[in-house]
Amino acid sequence: MEDLKKQIIEQLNLQEVTPESISNDQPLFKEGLGLDSIDALELIVLLQQHYNIRIANPEQGPEIFYSIRSMAEFITAQQTAKA
Amino acid sequence: MSPIYINGSGCISPQETATGGLLLASLREYEQVRLATVDPDYKQWIDVKQIRRMSRVVKMGVGAANLSLEEAGVAMPDAIITGTAYGCLDDTGVFLTKMVNQQEEMLTPTAFIQSTHNTVGGQISLLLGCNAYNNTFVHRGFSFENSLLDAIMILKEGSAKHVLAGGLDEITNYSHDILTRFGLYKKAPVKTMELLNSPTRGTIAGEGAAFFTLSMEKGDHAAAAVTGLSTLYKPMWEGEVIGHIVKFLEDNDCTPADIDLLLTGRNGDIDQDEMYEEVAAALFPDHAEASFKHLCGEYPTATAFGLWMANRMMAEQAVPAAAAFYGKAPERLRKILLYNHHQGTHHSLILLTAC
Amino acid sequence: MSEKVWIAGGGVICGIGLNLRECLQSFRTMQPGMTTMQYLSSVHRNTFPVAEVKADNDALADMARMPENISRTALLSLIAAREAWQSSGLQDISAYRVGFVSGNTVGGMDKTEDFFTQFLPDTARGGRLQQVVHHECGSVTELVADALGVRHHVSTISTACSSGANALMYGARLIRNNIVDVVIAGGTDALTRFTLNGFNTLMILDQAACRPFDNTRTGLNLGEGAGYVVLVSDSLAAQLHPWCRLSGFANANDAYHQTASSPDGTGNYLAMKGALDMSGLQPQQIGYINLHGTGTQNNDVSEGIAINRLFAPHFPAMSSTKSFTGHTLGASGGIEAVFSALSVKEGIIYPNARFEHQMKELPFAPATAYSEHNDIHHVMSNSFGFGGNCSSLVFSGY
Repeated sequence: MEDLKKQIIEQLNLQEVTPESISNDQPLFKEGLGLDSIDALELIVLLQQHYNIRIANPEQGPEIFYSIRSMAEFITAQQTAKA
Repeated sequence: MSPIYINGSGCISPQETATGGLLLASLREYEQVRLATVDPDYKQWIDVKQIRRMSRVVKMGVGAANLSLEEAGVAMPDAIITGTAYGCLDDTGVFLTKMVNQQEEMLTPTAFIQSTHNTVGGQISLLLGCNAYNNTFVHRGFSFENSLLDAIMILKEGSAKHVLAGGLDEITNYSHDILTRFGLYKKAPVKTMELLNSPTRGTIAGEGAAFFTLSMEKGDHAAAAVTGLSTLYKPMWEGEVIGHIVKFLEDNDCTPADIDLLLTGRNGDIDQDEMYEEVAAALFPDHAEASFKHLCGEYPTATAFGLWMANRMMAEQAVPAAAAFYGKAPERLRKILLYNHHQGTHHSLILLTAC
Repeated sequence: MSEKVWIAGGGVICGIGLNLRECLQSFRTMQPGMTTMQYLSSVHRNTFPVAEVKADNDALADMARMPENISRTALLSLIAAREAWQSSGLQDISAYRVGFVSGNTVGGMDKTEDFFTQFLPDTARGGRLQQVVHHECGSVTELVADALGVRHHVSTISTACSSGANALMYGARLIRNNIVDVVIAGGTDALTRFTLNGFNTLMILDQAACRPFDNTRTGLNLGEGAGYVVLVSDSLAAQLHPWCRLSGFANANDAYHQTASSPDGTGNYLAMKGALDMSGLQPQQIGYINLHGTGTQNNDVSEGIAINRLFAPHFPAMSSTKSFTGHTLGASGGIEAVFSALSVKEGIIYPNARFEHQMKELPFAPATAYSEHNDIHHVMSNSFGFGGNCSSLVFSGY
């Protein structure tokens, strides 16, 4: 999950945010880390680039990208399904 | 035309224009062919959550707009009008590069949505929460002049009280490489304070943003009003330019004798500066002349910097030595005529009158 | 402001026709313009249908009487602008004070993106400069202004998808302020890989033909083209047979998000309301609305909710002609202004292709059949874009 945090900070160019400052369960969007719909699209590409996971329907975004934990669980589930 | 008061102005440029103080009191001199803006701390206006996506041109636009609104004491303008010839070059270059290098695969949206020419105007609206009229002009050396004209026309209609209008452009590595290949710039670095007497072709590249809060009503900090504006597209010869200036002065009920200072867009290119020589010789032979592009560099919306400087000279009733080009301006500055041309094709006149 | 501004003529080139007459025929026979990409070269060729102008650059250059190596955006622009001028009944362009105000979003990007493949490996020498000399949006406008012989006022507006509509507003103000007597106003945009890939990153491109204002819509199709009206002053209109008046216009900013529309369509509502107010009309007097109607989830629901707020319970006929032309971006406001002005002149209601399922959020549905000679006196045209830029125009009969 720490790698994922670093990747998110880099991809979204988050300012004054460190991996340590993001908790695994805090919401990433709106009042949490303040991400929006454009960031969701960036995260879809991040999953494709780093984990080779394709999300065709952006409406799945809010559920998958709810928190670092939900993202990590989604990635693990996808990788397990592939293996 | 009825006076359009400049109730506030803000400028981010290669000079220290964002911090207040006397005009050009701490002059920045350069010896290079590419000038860059002196950036203030943009976080004073932009939240960290929002600044992360913004390229330099967006930040300098938002900064200059805020400086202008602050000086005018206006929280919410009734229109926001932006002029930019090149738009958001940095994000355009980022998206193009990735598109080419990644063969159109795995692209992300941020650079694309920030690449549109109306990004700056849109961001100013978004940060202010301003639902008012919003327009962006992208017409080469007329981009700023068109935005100023739109502002004037909207103010004259009466429904808008305060209009924010400005001009801005940025340089990127790609754009500088390409424009250099077009032969626009000096082959070797020149000292900026010696640029206007340089005996060679080419100029220096510049960038910056200047915004103005305009109104038909005079604000507390207004020193001058725009009382005339005109553009001339691709004149056939010098005589047409001179004729256009004569008619412009007539239309605005004045003669060359009423002009206290001629402010020109000389850029140190011997070919391009010839037009300023012709105009000065024909109409303003004994007038004091000041210039601005040795301070901000050449770019299509540099007249926004020129107008900002003219307005400050009016406020201070003085022409700083670093801006003077010829002669000595009278004690009292009542009218300044800003005459600029961009690459010989886009000529513009702005008349500024003290108030 | 006292002076009225009239529409003396119009011209269009887009995915459903090389001129206005051909476009009308496509509406009549229900022939939308979306197909597999034929002229744009992209890896997404077989993924996303587009509404291309059905002619290659050589053919367009012949029509435009311009060199074939210049930007397609300029070729399209000149063809439509010339058609507009010829339809106006004005003769020698040098006899008037004329302005040319054109919107576009990416200038000569079709050439720039070719340039970049050679430029990136060697920025000091790679690529032919000829390909970027008209990169700037304003440069495309000037190629056309110069070919038309327009010198009094030349300007370019770029407010994303509302560029063309804002060109009409600025043009009308130039006439009202006695700066010029005639303005050719509208917009142009050719398809480019840059915009196709850009919209693809936003995941709002439909892989099938788009379904604006349909409950099952999943995105937009890009199109290309150009459309211009000829705006004239009162005194010139008296010597012509103008189509209608540009009776109202307004531009507002949604100030909600950089690309998304606010859920209640605040900017859309303010633009439509402002345009109605300027025209001095009540909502029930509008006979037809040419919708922005891109076919994205977000646009159509925001636009629909704003229309509901302003017009309920008297809904005019409405449709999205983008269901035929695709979304032509900077050109759309110009193309749809021509369609709207003609709607007033000839009582036309344009069809909204492929509408089947009522949107659950809305109490009204778009028109699905073409019809003429309807009793229409006032028409509204909507154009909304990224950056929150929202514009509405109102056209009125005499």
